[in-house]
Amino acid sequence: MYAFDIERPTSLTDAVTALGREEAQALGGGQTLIPALKQRLAAPSVLVSLAGIAEMKGICMNDAGLLCIGGGTTHGTVAKGAVAHYPGLADLAAHIGDPAVRNRGTIGGSLANNDPSACYPAAALASGVTIVTNTRSIAADDFFEGMFTTALEEGEIITEVKFPIPEASCYIKFEQPASRFALVGVFVAKFAEGVRVAVTGASNNGVFRWTAAETALSANFSVGALDGLSVPAQDMIADLHGTAAYRAHLVAVMAKRAVAAAK
Amino acid sequence: MTKVAMTVNGKSVSREVEGRTLLVQFLRDDLRLTGTHVGCDTSQCGACVVHVNGEAVKSCTMFAAEAEGASVTTIEAMANEDGSLNTVQQAFQDYHGLQCGFCTPGMVMSATALLKDNPKPTEQEIREYLEGNICRCTGYHNIIKAIMAASGQEIPAIAAE
Repeated sequence: MYAFDIERPTSLTDAVTALGREEAQALGGGQTLIPALKQRLAAPSVLVSLAGIAEMKGICMNDAGLLCIGGGTTHGTVAKGAVAHYPGLADLAAHIGDPAVRNRGTIGGSLANNDPSACYPAAALASGVTIVTNTRSIAADDFFEGMFTTALEEGEIITEVKFPIPEASCYIKFEQPASRFALVGVFVAKFAEGVRVAVTGASNNGVFRWTAAETALSANFSVGALDGLSVPAQDMIADLHGTAAYRAHLVAVMAKRAVAAAK
Repeated sequence: MTKVAMTVNGKSVSREVEGRTLLVQFLRDDLRLTGTHVGCDTSQCGACVVHVNGEAVKSCTMFAAEAEGASVTTIEAMANEDGSLNTVQQAFQDYHGLQCGFCTPGMVMSATALLKDNPKPTEQEIREYLEGNICRCTGYHNIIKAIMAASGQEIPAIAAE
């Protein structure tokens, strides 16, 4: 790693101030950023750890029936704390990385990083969340702008994620056998007003909504409704783990499994 | 340099560290607690697992400065007060849950964290919990048996054996 200073603010205000420093970088749980720093893929002059900000942690239901999760809440906490409210989301959180990773990694960090193989972006997009930052609220449909790219401005911090709760949901991923990241992951969320389907791991453009599947499932929420549907292979990631056509095929398979298991 | 103070194995410690000093470097190089191992340094293998405020974390993927004010427990604090092996450690010995021993500190720390939350895990739950701990010697069966035994359960015949 290159050398850097580390700041440990205990309030959001202090964190925003610290992130105003030249070449400052926010540090969530560090489960992606620290390995990247070790590979010298990033060279911040100062890291601002968000882990000590109590106001950014925790899970609660608000009066509007939204599940509100602080941006600094770990995957492990979501896995336990969301079970009663949103089992599909809790199950997703319970299968990110491994237990020790889940004790550090945070939802805000995952969404801000927008790794094309991360799980949380699929949940956020399929649920139609509102992402709250220190300056504004951003709809999920406006947040994800492509691989490792989001609507966040420099120094902007995700403080909270508000999840509408679907009637039924499920996330299924096909794990890349070595890294255990999602080679393809599909989150299906059935709301009264329609079904949303989000796909991670597959596309060169990062997480995306599979609108043809949404239309079909909104009319008929069954595995059979997806028969004959497929996503075009030209935008899919192709690497030594799978061709573009293979990933496109997996999208439909994972979506069917998610519909079959949704509850 | 940043000043960092924490409790490690019940003792208060304080040092000046660089921002980039990892918790595992702090434990091994500054405190000379070399029981915590660095296997991969890429967050994969789990040989560096310690407990921070009671939760298992990979100490190669956390900065020492992030443990400010925390209570850290390492493998050095796992033995009984008289120095004898504790239940989990003894079970690893009894069931031959180690060969070279390099992964063992992380295995014991992860197993202990599992049993704290889930005192009677099934074989499948143990296998899933150890997803982030890699052993290149035993093939895991004896580790699973050791953890089943440490939790006071019957040792199942493991199908793949």
